[in-house]
Amino acid sequence: MPTKPTTGAPTKITQGSQTKGGIGESTLRPDGTLKVTGEFAYSSDMWHEDMLWGQILRSTVAHAEIVSIDTVEALKTPGVYAVMTYDDLPTEVKNYGLEIQDTPVLAHGKVRHHGEPVAIVAADHPETARRAAAKIKVEYRELPVITDEASATAPDAILIHEGRDDHHIGHVPHPNIVHRQPIIRGDVEEAAKKADFVVKGEYTFGMQDQAFLGPESGLAVPGEDGGVDLYIATQWLHSDLKQIAPVLGLPEDKVRMTLSGVGGAFGGREDLSMQIHACLLALRTGKPVKIVYNRFESFFGHVHRHPAKLYYEHGATKDGKLTHLKARIVLDGGAYASASPAVVGNASSLGAGPYVVDNVDIEAIALYTNNPPCGAMRGFGAVQACFAYEAQMDKLADKVGMDRVAFRQLNAMEQGTIMPTGQAVDSPAPVAELLRRVKAMPMPPEQQWLAAGEAADVRQLPGGLSNTTHGEGVVRGVGYAVGIKNVGFSEGFDDYSTARVRMEVVGGEPVATVHTAMAEVGQGGVTVHAQIARTELGVTQVTINPADTQVGSAGSTSASRQTYVTGGAVKNSCELVREKVLELGRRKFGSYHPAWATAELLLEGGKVVTDGGEVLADLVDVLEGEAVEIEAEWRHRPTEAFDLRTGQGFGHVQYTFAAHRAVVEVDTELGLVKVIELACAQDVGKALNPLSVIGQIQGGTTQGLGVAVMEEIIVDPKTAKVRNPSFTDYLIPTILDTPTIPVDVLELADDHAPYGLRGIGEAPTLSSTPAVLAAIRNATGLELNRTPVRPEHLTGTA
Amino acid sequence: MDFLRPASWEEALAAKAEHPTAVPIAGGTDVMVEINFDHRRPEYLLDLNRIGDLEEWEVGEDSVRLGASVPYTRIMENLRGELPGLALASHTVASPQIRNRGGVGGNLGTASPAGDAHPALLAAGAEVEVESVRGSRRIPIDAFYTGVKRNALAADELIRAVHIKKADGPQQYSKVGTRNAMVIAVCAFGLALHPETRTVRTGIGSAAPTPVRAKAAEEFLDAALEEGGFWDNGKIITPSVAKQFADLCSAACNPIDDVRGTASYRRHAVGIMARRTLTWTWESYRGTAARTEGVA
Repeated sequence: MPTKPTTGAPTKITQGSQTKGGIGESTLRPDGTLKVTGEFAYSSDMWHEDMLWGQILRSTVAHAEIVSIDTVEALKTPGVYAVMTYDDLPTEVKNYGLEIQDTPVLAHGKVRHHGEPVAIVAADHPETARRAAAKIKVEYRELPVITDEASATAPDAILIHEGRDDHHIGHVPHPNIVHRQPIIRGDVEEAAKKADFVVKGEYTFGMQDQAFLGPESGLAVPGEDGGVDLYIATQWLHSDLKQIAPVLGLPEDKVRMTLSGVGGAFGGREDLSMQIHACLLALRTGKPVKIVYNRFESFFGHVHRHPAKLYYEHGATKDGKLTHLKARIVLDGGAYASASPAVVGNASSLGAGPYVVDNVDIEAIALYTNNPPCGAMRGFGAVQACFAYEAQMDKLADKVGMDRVAFRQLNAMEQGTIMPTGQAVDSPAPVAELLRRVKAMPMPPEQQWLAAGEAADVRQLPGGLSNTTHGEGVVRGVGYAVGIKNVGFSEGFDDYSTARVRMEVVGGEPVATVHTAMAEVGQGGVTVHAQIARTELGVTQVTINPADTQVGSAGSTSASRQTYVTGGAVKNSCELVREKVLELGRRKFGSYHPAWATAELLLEGGKVVTDGGEVLADLVDVLEGEAVEIEAEWRHRPTEAFDLRTGQGFGHVQYTFAAHRAVVEVDTELGLVKVIELACAQDVGKALNPLSVIGQIQGGTTQGLGVAVMEEIIVDPKTAKVRNPSFTDYLIPTILDTPTIPVDVLELADDHAPYGLRGIGEAPTLSSTPAVLAAIRNATGLELNRTPVRPEHLTGTA
Repeated sequence: MDFLRPASWEEALAAKAEHPTAVPIAGGTDVMVEINFDHRRPEYLLDLNRIGDLEEWEVGEDSVRLGASVPYTRIMENLRGELPGLALASHTVASPQIRNRGGVGGNLGTASPAGDAHPALLAAGAEVEVESVRGSRRIPIDAFYTGVKRNALAADELIRAVHIKKADGPQQYSKVGTRNAMVIAVCAFGLALHPETRTVRTGIGSAAPTPVRAKAAEEFLDAALEEGGFWDNGKIITPSVAKQFADLCSAACNPIDDVRGTASYRRHAVGIMARRTLTWTWESYRGTAARTEGVA
């Protein structure tokens, strides 16, 4: 038997390397089995003795003055405990909002979009509450609707919000523009003269919904101290708290919030939905109040992804080098600001994509209109831009006469590239390599529908079970795309997280307890926190406490930031706990062994060991009778705001990249599409939980596919009313629409980040959509400047 | 809302006579959605689930008597030979869970132009067996659909079964939706060859106020097949005949623009489906290409 050559020196161990279930392992999520077996308790499953049911009355028109509201009949309904309108709000604070407090808790004098909350009802049965709400008579005097840039910025346009005093009003060209961010670098006019080829395109991105499966819901329980306990599905408890407490007229410590089971979020739970309404009704009636939206209401109950118009001009030399980029991105923010300003920041600063282009003139704006409010959704402004610049790259490559992937690789950014914002990319940016990897993956076999035998397997064909083709009219197409997304909150935001970690002996074993306010929305954060605690503290048993506001803020579960930032906070608090534990050990046992003073000490397998592996003490003995606890905030390196004229600034914490290759079969006669495969390569820095990483990438990829071929909230341009608020007509991919998604994971460490990790949740959502579109263009030869693509667009019957 | 639970068919008829506004419910896959979304508030719900007879079927000499509540899954599993068009249509209905509950009686009762069973019933040829305390009658499928979500039932009548002609030739069914499964029809097309009578029958869904047959297309194709001796010589149908048939099927549509699709697309798609299903059924009739059948 061959033996390893000895080097003489023992191999040093590093913290956590000997403990099972730590980072880098695919430990299973605690909520997984419960969710797939239907046992998981979602926020809509909560129940309280004597509880009432809340119901919201929403506007039936998009833009109108409210002439009168008559609640008399509703109040007379047996079983009704309370009916509240704007006039019943308890304090002077009557609006809320993430950044700009422009959203009325209940409409006052005016409604600005279809489905805006006008009144709320509490009753002893949900049906009674619904019927009572239907009895409220609201008289509207309709106003003309503003639905696009032209109607919003017309000189005589009605102002969606009169008397704006927010911090963007000073630099926007029109009060119906929420925020404007230019990004200017180099000299576009001069550079354009050097371009041998110029490509101009106009692109349209439809309104996508987060379509999380667990609708908005929560339970508010009035407390004996005049406060309220709110059990809620959200993305950020402390942000909710800051918006809720002032409206209720309560100090923040009297609004105690606990996260309840969240059925998906994708950005749609960053804004408040029924939180304040449930609390108001609970405090008014003195009884617990539960509110659960149904699917119809959910489509009105949260913000959507900004639909966008994008105007792009790129130039390239005959060698294929990009010369310049001129872009204008118009995002429709709808009636209220929500996250629009930050979405503008992303769309503009990431608008050039992962490419080296020295001369840039980008402008992004978000409009106020009477369309449904839009805000955060996975990809957050970068998605819309990626759809446009990737279409441009294909067109430009064709003009130059280069292979589309090679053209991208030639212009790909890398570590050291200066972004259009002037920020240097200071960690790996393997854009060309990701493209190489997806291109190198084996192609799925041709005509897979014939693989099963003699008869065509319709499940492998466009139309699927609907049996529309057995191969007739079917053409294969292949498309590539790559994208760039920022991680974490940008533009100078103080984006910190808090973690409380405790170590003690329970039942004769050392146990770590991790307490954060991080919203587990399905991303797997609780799994990762346990892994980090095992790695850093060398224990097997980790308890994750429920997320609530009894601990400091963990920031938002969004922007691909939680593993980075709250994960970073857990790591940091664990390290501080470890130091304290070792101090304790030194105090108790230091005199027994010189290594306590001289060696590097680690916690492994429930013991204190030296880095050479020598055991010094059991943690049980070190911790006997004592608990070590630390609560600490942790921050990533600071960012700065973009200059309002030039967009220059160190705006983003970290960049993240993914590339896709899409293979589609298109029924060119019926305009139906079957995506056969969506191969993805992504750099994740470090995969803390490889299984979860694959899950995130496949989920993001599928969400990107959805907006490529089916997902769109359709708003009537004449009335600004939503036409398809249901899963009958707002379609999301089924398993038969979801292709094989082979994933190639790169782990190039970002030295600025904990463990070198990179946020991963959003990047795959960016490039998936343009890759599918490119593949459909490849199959059909059509230009297709809008997403989602509908059968009408492929058959000339729109 | 009162919930009526008759234990027998006779009790059900009596209840419907007493409460003509009562809405019958079996699988509940349509009625419950309407109730949950508050689109409908019936005074009475008439639960037919205790009447086992409605979930049974009988294969007769010329036709199948299909109980109103036979779930789509059963049709797919047990009646593919006798009712190939309806079996294909059944497989396009929603999800497996819904197919385990929903049946043709519900499709007929709702009479939505988008109901998946209608084109298959129209193409195969069928009669709807309805009954009231006044007696039983059979309504030919061609006379059953009277308007958008309206049918020929009297207020006191219930659908007991549907008698569908057993296939005497190949049948096909196609449906366009913007998703590859679990999708409501943008439009649908059913085609049945009837070699015994040397006729073809069609059914179009979701492209007119009611499910309709493309009668001019059928007559054209009947004549063309007869003229060319196709039924006997089994020759390939010429592209020009297929195209004209397809065009006439498109012309039989009277669609609207809605959130699911444009009128223009529906007309176009019905033509494509007509041409393809004609090819599949005819190739199958000629006994050549097993490939054209399609499986899942």
